[in-house]
Amino acid sequence: MEVRNIRIPNMKYEDFNDNEYLEEYVTELRKNGVNIFVGKLSDFINWGRSNSVWPLTFATSCCGIEFMCVGAARADFARFGWEITRNSPRQADVIFVCGTIVHKMAPVLKRLYEQMAEPRYVMAIGSCAICGGPFKNSYHVVKGVDEIIPVDVFIPGCPPRPDAVLYGMMQMARKIKVQNFFKLPQQPQIANSSTPNSDADGNS
Amino acid sequence: METVEKELLSLGLTDVKQADSRLTVTVPKDKLYGVARYLRRERPAEKFDFLIDVVGMDFGDTLGAAYHISPSQNPSLVVTLVTRTDNREQPELFSVCDLWDSASVYEREVYDFFGVRFINHPDMRRIFLRADWNGFPLRKDYNADPALNPVPLENELIPDMERMPSVSIRMGERIEEVHQAFDKDEYVVNFGPQHPAMHGVLHLRVALDGEIIKKIDPVFGYIHRGIEKMCESYTYPQILHLADRLDYLSGTMNRHAVCLCCEKALALEAPERAHYIRAIFDELTRIASHLLGWGCMCMDMGSITAFVYGMRDREKIMDIFEETAGGRLMANYSVIGGVARDIHPNFQKRVKEFIPYMRKMLKEHHLLFSNNPIARGRMKGIGYLSKEKAISLGATGPSGRASGWHNDVRKIEPYAAYAKVNFDEVVRTEGLTYDRYIIRLDEIEQSLRILEQLVDNIPEGAYAAKTKAVIRLPEGEFFQRVENARGQFGVHIVSKGDKTPYRVKFRSPSLALVGALKAISTEAKVADLIMIGASLDYVIPCIDR
Repeated sequence: MEVRNIRIPNMKYEDFNDNEYLEEYVTELRKNGVNIFVGKLSDFINWGRSNSVWPLTFATSCCGIEFMCVGAARADFARFGWEITRNSPRQADVIFVCGTIVHKMAPVLKRLYEQMAEPRYVMAIGSCAICGGPFKNSYHVVKGVDEIIPVDVFIPGCPPRPDAVLYGMMQMARKIKVQNFFKLPQQPQIANSSTPNSDADGNS
Repeated sequence: METVEKELLSLGLTDVKQADSRLTVTVPKDKLYGVARYLRRERPAEKFDFLIDVVGMDFGDTLGAAYHISPSQNPSLVVTLVTRTDNREQPELFSVCDLWDSASVYEREVYDFFGVRFINHPDMRRIFLRADWNGFPLRKDYNADPALNPVPLENELIPDMERMPSVSIRMGERIEEVHQAFDKDEYVVNFGPQHPAMHGVLHLRVALDGEIIKKIDPVFGYIHRGIEKMCESYTYPQILHLADRLDYLSGTMNRHAVCLCCEKALALEAPERAHYIRAIFDELTRIASHLLGWGCMCMDMGSITAFVYGMRDREKIMDIFEETAGGRLMANYSVIGGVARDIHPNFQKRVKEFIPYMRKMLKEHHLLFSNNPIARGRMKGIGYLSKEKAISLGATGPSGRASGWHNDVRKIEPYAAYAKVNFDEVVRTEGLTYDRYIIRLDEIEQSLRILEQLVDNIPEGAYAAKTKAVIRLPEGEFFQRVENARGQFGVHIVSKGDKTPYRVKFRSPSLALVGALKAISTEAKVADLIMIGASLDYVIPCIDR
């Protein structure tokens, strides 16, 4: 089943991975039916929202440099409306967790997340943010940011290439497009999903 | 070296060894301060005014520290003072923080990791870990049970009136005191840990009087990953990957340092071809790092265009890396004995195309920004760092050279192919923010010169020497320095003959630079703090390790 209304220009639906997750998500979301006016209005708002997502300038280590590359001349996320980074969490829509989160930083990250206004999204960039990565055996490293805050998209790599980050951003945009704007921040709980990026999802 | 050896013997020290082109001296605990003062102040010949690093040690039954010191007049001479204490319950050593300014943070680090308290040190707080952390992680008997130190979800409250415990001995009497970080009537402002101009997760607590900075108290550890402890359970080829991720902007150079240190211990000579390729990679990384440093510094002044230009030129280098090594930022290229694989057939062509391109762009960067009157106004005349202060603080690299201190390891102890190329060590004298800015652009020019000489002359032959499947370093202590984009990066490996090291310590150039930030910015305007910090160009994960 192809989910409608989540078209990304120049990239086909079947070229994306983890489509099953999105389909399950949409089925769960529209289980009880959606009012046509509310649904269309929500789609319209989401079209705008997904094309103007402003990330927070947040980076702890190496992945932050690749994140800067995404923002700079060659990759340039402004093409997709992720226009500029915001320095204040209160103005940001999405937090890119770039780099290792350690014990001392964990409460700071949690606080930054709580300072962001709803609807808010989290992208975990790099293997450190996903599971601790190369520093998994360390005494001072949090084994994955999903222990602290809910994550929407995981982008693996050490560090991920700018193209991988762009792909993750497209997935994020697709997820924003299917949501029911008027029912946020409640999101469906998807259990027993085979896809990895649903593990920590949907409990914001 | 002989004269120093004679002098040390005449001071009553018996255990003086020459090994690994260093002089290693075991000093009894009570004599350490006297010996250090003699070498630092009273010696007739050149004074040992540069404290390279302090390495905390757990010898098994005793705890101790090793001090690497060097005179700035004769930088290739390195003396290591080793001292130890039997008391594991309440270990104490004498502080040397009044002799070298940089000792202050280094000794706090030893306290944090080993629990060794330094007598006469005014500030014995933890430096990287939270104050409520249980245990001293780098001790061999550390209990790593995660239940003891769970992930905290509450913010650590750091009061302005934070207590700084200290122990001192005056007139033979032991005094335990508690100082305060800030006075009651001081106005304290926090920068960071999440602040776009702090270049990472550094946290500065700044006491202000109007807009004049009165005092700075840096708080580290927001990216402390415990790399040194992890190294103790990893094999040598595995350690290389962690070294890359210390100062990620000069990852290739850090990795090079660990490779050189292991090769020195194994008495293994990498092939000539590998030396050339490593030097080319180092210089490309240096250019990439300086471009990013330049871009970020300009961005801090409000010029986003400069940042985009810097990143654009940097992408060219990333392409060269990607083609040969497979990685962009983390090239993962040097291995013990050589490099991981041979260069790509296009490699030389690409580097040769890059050199004239970068020369042209450098002119443009100068035209656009260096000569801009607003930029010059913000950089000239602020942030003065004197040569003596730079040496005492251990501010190596471009920041130290801007103050007139010759400290380039590529010139002091030429490694890889640096002995075979002609290049100038760029040194300026004024020591202002503008000098630290312009010196980076000048170093790019010198790096291009090195590349020009190396790229056509890469000798034929093997790209890596054969090593055993399991690499075991012989018993001993090994120390190796290289010049990374921020200064002297050092690796100190203690081996007991196993396939994993007994202790690994990395000398972070950035840690000393934050000490310099503290010294320079006092009495400066708060708006200039950002500029001074950007001109020092520190990388936080390298500090916290």
